[in-house]
Amino acid sequence: MAGLRTAREISPESKLGESMSHTAVGTEPYLAAHQALASMLPAAGIPWLDHSRKSARDQFGEMGFPTIRDEQWKYTNVRSITRQAFALPPADSPSIDRALVDDATVPGMDPYRLVFADGILVPQLSHCDDLPEGVTVTGLANVLRADPAHLEGMFGKVLREPTHGFNAMNSAFVCDGAFVEIGPGVVMDRPLELLFVSATGGEGMLALPRNLVLLRAGSQATVHERYISASPERCLTNAVSEVLIEEDAKLHLGRLQEESDRSFHIGGLFAEVGRNACLTTNVVTLGGALVRNDLAVNLNEEGAEVRLHGLYVAHGRQHVDNHTQVSHNRPGTTSNECYKGILNGHARAVFRGHILVQPDAQKTDAVQNNHNLLLSPNAEVDTMPQLEIYADDVKCAHGASVGQLEEDAIFYLRSRGVGEMEARQMLTRAFAAEVLEELEPPPLREYLQDRIDRLMELAK
Amino acid sequence: MLTIHDLKVQVDGKTILNGLNLEVRPGEVHAIMGPNGSGKSTLANVIAGRDGYEVTSGVVTYQGNDLLELAPEERARQGIFLAFQYPVEIPGVANVYLLKEALNTVRKSRGEDELDAMDFLKLVREKLQLLEMKEEFLYRSVNEGFSGGEKKRNEIFQMAILEPKLAVLDETDSGLDIDALKVVANGVNALRSPDRGIVLITHYQRLLDYIVPDYVHVLADGQVVRSGDRSLAVELEERGYGWIEDRAGDIAGVQAG
Repeated sequence: MAGLRTAREISPESKLGESMSHTAVGTEPYLAAHQALASMLPAAGIPWLDHSRKSARDQFGEMGFPTIRDEQWKYTNVRSITRQAFALPPADSPSIDRALVDDATVPGMDPYRLVFADGILVPQLSHCDDLPEGVTVTGLANVLRADPAHLEGMFGKVLREPTHGFNAMNSAFVCDGAFVEIGPGVVMDRPLELLFVSATGGEGMLALPRNLVLLRAGSQATVHERYISASPERCLTNAVSEVLIEEDAKLHLGRLQEESDRSFHIGGLFAEVGRNACLTTNVVTLGGALVRNDLAVNLNEEGAEVRLHGLYVAHGRQHVDNHTQVSHNRPGTTSNECYKGILNGHARAVFRGHILVQPDAQKTDAVQNNHNLLLSPNAEVDTMPQLEIYADDVKCAHGASVGQLEEDAIFYLRSRGVGEMEARQMLTRAFAAEVLEELEPPPLREYLQDRIDRLMELAK
Repeated sequence: MLTIHDLKVQVDGKTILNGLNLEVRPGEVHAIMGPNGSGKSTLANVIAGRDGYEVTSGVVTYQGNDLLELAPEERARQGIFLAFQYPVEIPGVANVYLLKEALNTVRKSRGEDELDAMDFLKLVREKLQLLEMKEEFLYRSVNEGFSGGEKKRNEIFQMAILEPKLAVLDETDSGLDIDALKVVANGVNALRSPDRGIVLITHYQRLLDYIVPDYVHVLADGQVVRSGDRSLAVELEERGYGWIEDRAGDIAGVQAG
């Protein structure tokens, strides 16, 4: 699998590679890289794809990177990302230590697996043998090269227009990522893990994975995106997943971000859910210096349902921003959302949950909750539930809270012999439990509980 | 086992306990009665070690040691149990999980081994039966969504599991209907033993029909103004607290003079 040449090789005079400058480098180096690279991207020359990349590039140029003047980015300043230019991974086949990938296994999970190094598939570390019949799991670049016609009309169907400069940038450079198609009526017997390893190529690398997950009518699958770092070098992952779920299909889609504390991560998940279909998402953020997760779901047919679970655990000076949007576009659609955050140190979190109920969407049932636990007086949360309702026969409820551990509860536990630290830990675990207990596949629950316990130990 | 001498306690600068004396020996059941605001719950909280109570003078010894020096968890490990007047709801922590943690911690400090899963379950089932509770109770979050009666029952259930040396029951009878009261009283009576002290804090003498105390103390204005046997409780029931409070005024007056 050939990747891209480094932008650095192609335009050595550009500002790429200059890091830590205090003024924003903006979009210019990326646009220059695009100019140089466009003809080398997989399936370049296919008209619909060329057009799609080019228009995304133009939109990226126009939109630029978001600033805090944008309402959607009011509390998340990306200057720390934009003051340097990140470089695309080298052309030669990427390599990662096999041990690193083996160690990154979630005990008890036994998944099918695709492994990516800075966004580029590493076939020799992936194993998707004996997939059930009717299931395709491969790199997007493979499909682009071998059968681009298969993607025409599907690609960009869910993310029709970029919502900000980052996902425009991803669309402009569309190259590799996961392509997953579960055929009609097929029930996946094991979960699929998409393991994205960033920082495999040293400081300043850019990963732009682009994933497409298609569940045909009546199919069922569990897909788990996982993001880890190969090294603590400062890198940027800017990922986009498009998810299409046809009628009566069921998808559990996880997104677990465990990259290094110096990494930057912008993740977009855009989904459409069909008639009587159900999407469950689990977005868990543990790592990263600055993380932004956008999640947008369209409930497009009657009976469509989505459950959104989120958990973020941050310490030090981590900044985690979750933006979710659920659009109830048809009658009788259901959404249930619960995001929880645990913040220690000087960590900062942002949550914006937007529920949109269209005039046609009578009998909508929507619930949204965001609860935050501050373990330090220096941690900070901005939480913004937004309900926008244009139908009159709907049930919508939302709740948001920011609080600390209850002293009464701590005393109650201590009065039963539990030590003070243990009591705090028990209550913190209990706070996260509501989200953890929903995670699929189940081995993730224990794995994450351990991870969170260790993070709390470290943060002490 | 518990000796309280001249205990004075302030909350937010206001004196609540004002020279309280009490002696509880193993095997005894003491009832502490008194009108609202007399300091009954403050006494319970000070014994358990809750924050926010400033001891301005006096001594509390438990098994010969200074109790006030100990952290709440240390008191629990040494055998003190407080049944809360308002048990706290703890979503996400299963009853059975807390019980196991608590029991093993207490056992460890008694120098005993942790119970294995089988023995633990056996003990738990036995005590569930005692309190007429269903097993599903174990897997619910601590007190979450429990009715008032269930919460109180859960307190006594925990007590039955932990087998404290000194149990302080803070208005365990309040909010209970007569059937629940009988069940709770049964649970407490089952724990009466020659080496266990029990302090019942209550506003009404009704509880004492079912748990017969060895001593009754009447608290007013932060002091024990009268002590006696069970007949004192009956007298209070008949005459109300008014005459006691008058007496307390007299005592205060005499002391001031």
